[in-house]
Amino acid sequence: MDYEIIIGFETHVELKTKTKLFCGCAVEDGAPPNTHICPVCTGQPGALPVLNKRAVEHTIRAGVAMNCTINRRSRFARKNYFYPDLPKGYQISQYERPFCENGYLEIQNDEGRPYAVGIKRIHLEEDAGKLVHSASSFEASDYSLVDYNRSSVPLLEIVTDHERNPLRSVNEARTYLEKLRQTLIYIGISDCSIEKGQFRCDVNISIRPEGALDYGNRAEIKNMASFKFIMEALEYEVKRQLKILHSGKEPSQETRLFHEGKKITVSMRSKEDAPDYRYFPDPDLVEFEIDQEFVEQIQEGMPELPDQKVNRIIKDYRISRKDALILTKDRDVSEFFERCAAFCDDRVRLSSWMIKDLFKLLNEAAVTIENCPVPPKEFSTLITLISKGDITDQIARTVLGIMFETGEDPESIITRRGLKPIQDEERLERVLNEVMSENPEAVKKIKEGMTNPIDFLIGQVMKKTEGKANPKKVKDLIHKKLSPPKQS
Amino acid sequence: MQLCDRSATELARMLRKGEVSSREITESVLKRIDEKEDSINAFITVTPEIARKQADLADRRFRENKRVSPLNGIPIAIKDNMCTQGIPTTCGSKILENYIPPYDATAATKVLQTGAVLIGKTNMDEFAMGSSCENSAFGPTHNPVNLERVAGGSSGGSAAAIASGETVLAMGSDTGGSIRLPAAYCGVAGIKPTYGRVSRYGLISYASSLDQIGALGRTVEDCGLLLNVICGHDKMDTTSADIKRPDFLHSLRQGVEGLKIGLPKEYFVEGLDPHVKDQVMRAVALFNEKGAEIIDISLPHAPYAISAYYLIATAEASSNLARYDGVKYGFRFSDEIPGLLNMYQETRSEGFGKEVKRRIMLGTYVLSAGYYDAYYLKAQEARALIKQDFDEAFRRVDCMITPVSPCLPFRLGEKMADPLQMYLVDIYTVSLNLSGLPGMSINCGMVDGLPVGLQIIGRPFDEEMVLRVGYACEKMAGHG
Repeated sequence: MDYEIIIGFETHVELKTKTKLFCGCAVEDGAPPNTHICPVCTGQPGALPVLNKRAVEHTIRAGVAMNCTINRRSRFARKNYFYPDLPKGYQISQYERPFCENGYLEIQNDEGRPYAVGIKRIHLEEDAGKLVHSASSFEASDYSLVDYNRSSVPLLEIVTDHERNPLRSVNEARTYLEKLRQTLIYIGISDCSIEKGQFRCDVNISIRPEGALDYGNRAEIKNMASFKFIMEALEYEVKRQLKILHSGKEPSQETRLFHEGKKITVSMRSKEDAPDYRYFPDPDLVEFEIDQEFVEQIQEGMPELPDQKVNRIIKDYRISRKDALILTKDRDVSEFFERCAAFCDDRVRLSSWMIKDLFKLLNEAAVTIENCPVPPKEFSTLITLISKGDITDQIARTVLGIMFETGEDPESIITRRGLKPIQDEERLERVLNEVMSENPEAVKKIKEGMTNPIDFLIGQVMKKTEGKANPKKVKDLIHKKLSPPKQS
Repeated sequence: MQLCDRSATELARMLRKGEVSSREITESVLKRIDEKEDSINAFITVTPEIARKQADLADRRFRENKRVSPLNGIPIAIKDNMCTQGIPTTCGSKILENYIPPYDATAATKVLQTGAVLIGKTNMDEFAMGSSCENSAFGPTHNPVNLERVAGGSSGGSAAAIASGETVLAMGSDTGGSIRLPAAYCGVAGIKPTYGRVSRYGLISYASSLDQIGALGRTVEDCGLLLNVICGHDKMDTTSADIKRPDFLHSLRQGVEGLKIGLPKEYFVEGLDPHVKDQVMRAVALFNEKGAEIIDISLPHAPYAISAYYLIATAEASSNLARYDGVKYGFRFSDEIPGLLNMYQETRSEGFGKEVKRRIMLGTYVLSAGYYDAYYLKAQEARALIKQDFDEAFRRVDCMITPVSPCLPFRLGEKMADPLQMYLVDIYTVSLNLSGLPGMSINCGMVDGLPVGLQIIGRPFDEEMVLRVGYACEKMAGHG
């Protein structure tokens, strides 16, 4: 029997706002504990929440980017549970009527075709504080400390739809997460740093016989700190559930924890033990009305989305789709490329040099493109020098290395280091004559009409000039001297 | 008559003329507290040092001929569920016994900025849950009119302090009748403004959609004076209304001639003490004599008010009170048994009183999966219908008159064994909270030496009408 896998994600994304969701405290990563707190975000008696409008804007922006219906009236709800990092004893979240519903995010599916992954809802909620235990866990600790700096920092929750175009493989799940993260960074609402916990996922997975109407029991997996762990957890879980199904039994509905070391999932709690959060509308926050004008303003101010950018870059710069996809994966990279392209006509060479040479240098130095020591304009100058045949690829690589290290511009590096190509034809001819007399066999072959030895001779000239000869000029000279058959 | 027994309006006039100093008034109030507080227990915290300092500052402002507010130099007491920075704020609960807020409630800030003199924080039913002021962790408040009787709740301390001369003005809060009921039982004036009129920021929440801060005073004019100061939009409370505040004293003396006063028949049925009814009807007859038109009206969904109220209020309370967990502030139970769950359980079991625990459990049940629709949503539907009744009736009348309480102030302990009996005391007051309407309690007579309160109900944000009718009632009864 064939089986169908259905994967769902609940992704929490920390929004990039200056202040918290319900008070004026600053959002700052890495600040000393409890330095960005106030009566509101520490749950003092009598303190009341006031909604941060910028966070709502960001939420609507995400909704528009993912083609959601924006609810005209939204409201906040309380999710009630006890935990020391939750100062009010409830989290202000959304339940009925979230800001955005019923959207989709287009990815390339496993068959390489566009696939609109269903987005069930996008809602806004507050984060909890952070617990610092004296030992590895709560239970094992003599004491635990609470830092409320993160308390009430705005979080976006994006939930996929398990009925409408769900994710059906581990690979699709990966593609979805990458596309989601890319989209959120593109629209500028979050940095989505996984290491900083700004992009966190709960994933659920169920398997049913192909064509079945009912869904299989779902396992929700928690505690995965990276994309890699999510994929490992999913792969393990697919195998585990299939094994149960093959044995004629049914997996149970439960919450499981991923064990990073053993790369397995273990049962945390069954469906029966699932907490009752007693959601109800938060009476401290009035219903939030969103008028069409507000949504239109956001639509108009919407930055270019990844797919739009790929298509435009291909059209504007006539580079390959493959290169365009690589260059747009990271928004900052694509912006660097476009800044370079403004100074450079040879975009194909530009993209190839960025992807092959500049990326290599960045990777080796572990530097992001934002902090690239080579300014776009000078990188373009270098590419233009190559295109004009002023320098060889080999010299260009040396120059780029120096540019990367020192931040100098290519022309002064070339001048100062004597890397300037030899333009003087007489001098080139002298070197060529030397080379020809040293390699009579090659000369003979060229005269007989063979073309390969031409490159060999050019190489020899380059060697003698330490790469400073203009290969195009050398080639012309060879043609002139030995007049082999015309090349097309 | 001693200074502490005079109205704020009168004292403000005397202060302005230089006939008396704020320090003298304050000393008179503090002396009265020394004499009577032991038998009344109106305060949880008395703040004599702060009071004397503020009184002297107020006197200096008079001497310097600065433009001052009518409240400058007037003693005021604040219910102990409004946060006051640096001054203990207990909410009548053991769980907040040692809690000192790091900030001021907006209403407290407003009052103290005008130069009013803070006398202390008044006693109350724990977390404002109660109708008799007997549910305080710091002992019950006794009714100054008759010490055997309850002061009414939950703002019992505020009402009793005014009645006994232990303060001149007081702030209270009203979630289901908590200003109006003690005002009625202690024979003073008290107004619960429209929901949204006064910022709730810093008011320790009981039921957020029902809670409203209001004013208690010796006269209707005193209430208007205080209301003028505490009302207004606050960006820290998104449920506070962004509308212009009128001068609440402006139309006070316009009388009742030509007014259409509604009598909702559902408020005069079985369960109402006939003596109470007589007093209210006597006042109604007097209004009629003064030229008001009395119109019988019906509020058909009134019988559902108590049920709807106790479902919604407890649901919200169960969530609002979750923050008292021993982690951040207030009482924390600690013993040898380790573990988080143990700390939570013991802290809350020990820290909360019986009635508070009862309401938390009720509310938790109301919001539970599988019961939410049947209880919480149903109650919200009833609430909408109750409000709709008022909207329709207010097309025909300018205000309504009802009793505040179905009974006279009862004896201490009389209803403590039967929570349901206690809940029914709120039967005429909770509808206003469910509908957000303004309402006032004003004394309309005495039965067996015990005061009877008359309730005036107004349209949303028409406190002016409520005060105007209250003022007329006061004049007829020979008060003020």
